[in-house]
Amino acid sequence: MIALLLRDLKLSVRAGGGALIGVLFFMTVVAVIPFGVGPDLNLLSRIGPAIVWIGALLSALLGLDRMFQTDREDGSLDLLLMQEHPLVLTVLVKCLAHWLGNGLPLVIASPLLGLFMNMSEVAIGATMLTLLVGTPALTFIGAVGAAVAVVLPRGGLLVSILVLPLAIPVLIFGVSASYAAVEDPAPFMPPFLILVAITMFFAVIGPIGAALALRNSAD
Amino acid sequence: MMRLTAENLSARRGEDLIFKDISFVLDRGESLVLTGRNGSGKSTLLRTVAGLLRPESGRVVWQSESADPGMRAAEACHYLGHRNAMKAEMTVSENLSFWKEFLGDFSGGHGMSVGEAAESVGLGGIVHLPFGYLSAGQQRRMAFAKLLVAWRPVWILDEPTAALDVSAEEVFTGLIKEHLAAGGIALAATHQPLGLENARELRMTGFAGVMEEMW
Amino acid sequence: MPESLAITKFSDLANPTRFLGLAARILPWMAGITAILFAIGLYLTFASEGDYQQGMTVRIMYVHVPAAWLSMMCYSVMAASAIGTLVWRHPLADVSHKAAAPLGAAFTLIALATGSLWGKPMWGTWWVWDARLTSVFVLFLMYLGLIALNRAMDDPGKAARVSAVLILVGFVNIPIIKFSVDWWNTLHQPASVIRLDGPTIDKEFLWPLLIMAIAFTLLFFTLHIAAMRNEIWRRRVSAQRRMAARMAGKEA
Repeated sequence: MIALLLRDLKLSVRAGGGALIGVLFFMTVVAVIPFGVGPDLNLLSRIGPAIVWIGALLSALLGLDRMFQTDREDGSLDLLLMQEHPLVLTVLVKCLAHWLGNGLPLVIASPLLGLFMNMSEVAIGATMLTLLVGTPALTFIGAVGAAVAVVLPRGGLLVSILVLPLAIPVLIFGVSASYAAVEDPAPFMPPFLILVAITMFFAVIGPIGAALALRNSAD
Repeated sequence: MMRLTAENLSARRGEDLIFKDISFVLDRGESLVLTGRNGSGKSTLLRTVAGLLRPESGRVVWQSESADPGMRAAEACHYLGHRNAMKAEMTVSENLSFWKEFLGDFSGGHGMSVGEAAESVGLGGIVHLPFGYLSAGQQRRMAFAKLLVAWRPVWILDEPTAALDVSAEEVFTGLIKEHLAAGGIALAATHQPLGLENARELRMTGFAGVMEEMW
Repeated sequence: MPESLAITKFSDLANPTRFLGLAARILPWMAGITAILFAIGLYLTFASEGDYQQGMTVRIMYVHVPAAWLSMMCYSVMAASAIGTLVWRHPLADVSHKAAAPLGAAFTLIALATGSLWGKPMWGTWWVWDARLTSVFVLFLMYLGLIALNRAMDDPGKAARVSAVLILVGFVNIPIIKFSVDWWNTLHQPASVIRLDGPTIDKEFLWPLLIMAIAFTLLFFTLHIAAMRNEIWRRRVSAQRRMAARMAGKEA
C-alpha cells in the first residue's frame, strides 16, 4: 500500500505536472473574478473566502477524472482490481495520493490568493484551514465520479456535472466556517466540526462507492 | 495439491453472449492454450478467469492446501494483458519493484529480485532507464518480467508473444516451461503455437448468441 | 397497492415476460383509476373556496405539493431499484431505475415550475435561494445528470450498474444536502426564512390535496410501469436486431 502511495505521488510529480496545472487553474479562476465583479477591494475582501473556495472546488474537479483513467489506459487498473487488499483500501490510498499531489498544492497556494482578494489575516488562516480539512472530501467524492468516468469514452465533463451537486455540503460548510472566523456573532467551531464530519463521512462513502463502480464497470 | 477449475463459464460483452458452458480443470504443471481467430472470445475468457469480468453463469475456483475455500481465484493469478501495466514515466526498476511490493508473494513460492527477473528476460542492463524509452519489444519483455518478481501459481497470458521476434518468443516459452516445471499452471491465448509440449488446446469459435432469452 | 407491486417487482417477477403480462392486465385499471381520481380531485380543487389571503393562487398548491412529494418518492424508488441492480443483478431493476429517472425529472420540474409561479404573486419573486428550493433544484440536476449518464453509455447492463452506484451515493447525500442547505440558510439570512408550509392547513384544503396526492402517486406508478414496459420492448427489439446482424455475418 505504501508502494502504491509512493508510485502515485511520483507520477503526479513527473507526469506533466498535474499539480502545477491545478494550481495554475486555481489562480486563473480567482484572478478572473475581479474582472467580473469590479476591483472594489471592500467587496473583494467580503466575498474573498467564497471565491477562493469556489476556485479550489473547480480546480479540484479538474484533475479528478484522470484518477483511474491513466491506470486503465496502460492496463495497471486490471492488476489493481485483481488484488483484494481489499479494493476499498486500494482506492482510499489512491485518493490520499491524489489529494497529496493535487489537493495539498491548492491549500498551500490559497494564502497568496487570499492576499490578492484583500482578505484579513484571520480570514486567510481560516480559509486555508477549512480548505485543508475540506479538500480531501472533494477528492473522495470525486473518486466515485472518476471510477464512473473509467467507462465513459468522453466522460470528463459529465463526471463534473454528476459530482458537483454532491460537493455542495462541503462548499457550504467550508465557506460558512471561513466567514464565521471573521464575523463576530457566528461561532467558528460548529460549521468547522461539521466540515470535519462530512470529510470523514465521505472518506468512507467515497472509496466504497468508487470500488463498487470499478468492480461493476470492468470489461 | 493445486487446482484451477472453471465450471460452466459463460460471459457476455454488451448484449452478445461470447461463449457458453466452458469447463476445464488444470492441475499443477498443466497448461491450456486458447486458439481461435480474432474476436473469438479468447481475451474474454481469460479476463473472466482473472475475475475482471463477471461471468454470466458458472464460476472459477482455486483449490490448494493453503488457500481458504472462500478465496477469489484471481488472487492466485498473474494476468498479462494486451497492455503492459507499466508506467512510461518511471524507470523499469521502479515499475518492477512497485509491482513486487504491491502484489506480494502468493503462498507456496517466492518471486525473483528485480535484477534477476530482468536478466531472465534478457534485459539485465537497462533497468535504470525510464520504461517509456524502451522499444515495444523490450517493453513487452519487461512486462513479462513482472510475472517473475511476485510468485503466483497461475499465469494468465493474453497474446504474450504478439509483436515479438523469434528469440524473444523462445525466451518466453522457456520461462513458461520453467514455471510449469516448478508446479505452476498456465493459461495462454495465442495466434502462434507457443511450443509447449503436452499443452491442452481449447478452440474458441466466438459468438454463442445474443442475450435474447433474458428479455 | 404500490407497496405490493414493489415487492413483486424484486422477488416474484423473475422474468420480464411475466412482468409484461401483469403490466398489460393492470395498466388499464391503473390508468382508469388515476383518471377518475384526477377528475374528483380537480373538481374539489376548483369547488373549494379560495384562501382569503392567497385568493385563486392557492389552487397551485394542489399540483405543487403532490409533485414535490413525488420528486422525492421517485428517487427512493430509483434507490430501491439500484439496490436490486447491484445486489440481485436483476435486469428488471435496471429497467426500473432507468425508466424512473425521466419521470422523476419531470415531476421535479413541475414542482419547481409551479412553485415559481406560486412564488411570484406570494413572495414577489420567481426564485429565492431558500433551503427547500435549493435542495429540490439540486435534486433536479442529479436527475438530469443520471439521464445523461445513461445515454452516454452503449452497453445497457453496464450503464445500469454504474448509474446504480451513483444513485445510491446520491441517495445518502440528499439528506446531507438538505440539512446543510437548511443550515446555510439560517446562518446567512435568518430574518428572511420563508415558510413554505404557510398557515396550518384547513380541512377545506386537506381533502382535495389528499386526493390529488393519491392521483399523482397513481399517475407516477402508471407511467413508471408503462415506461418499464416500453424499455423492455425496446431491449427485445435491439436484441433481435443484433441477432439478425450476427446471423447475417455468419452466413457471409
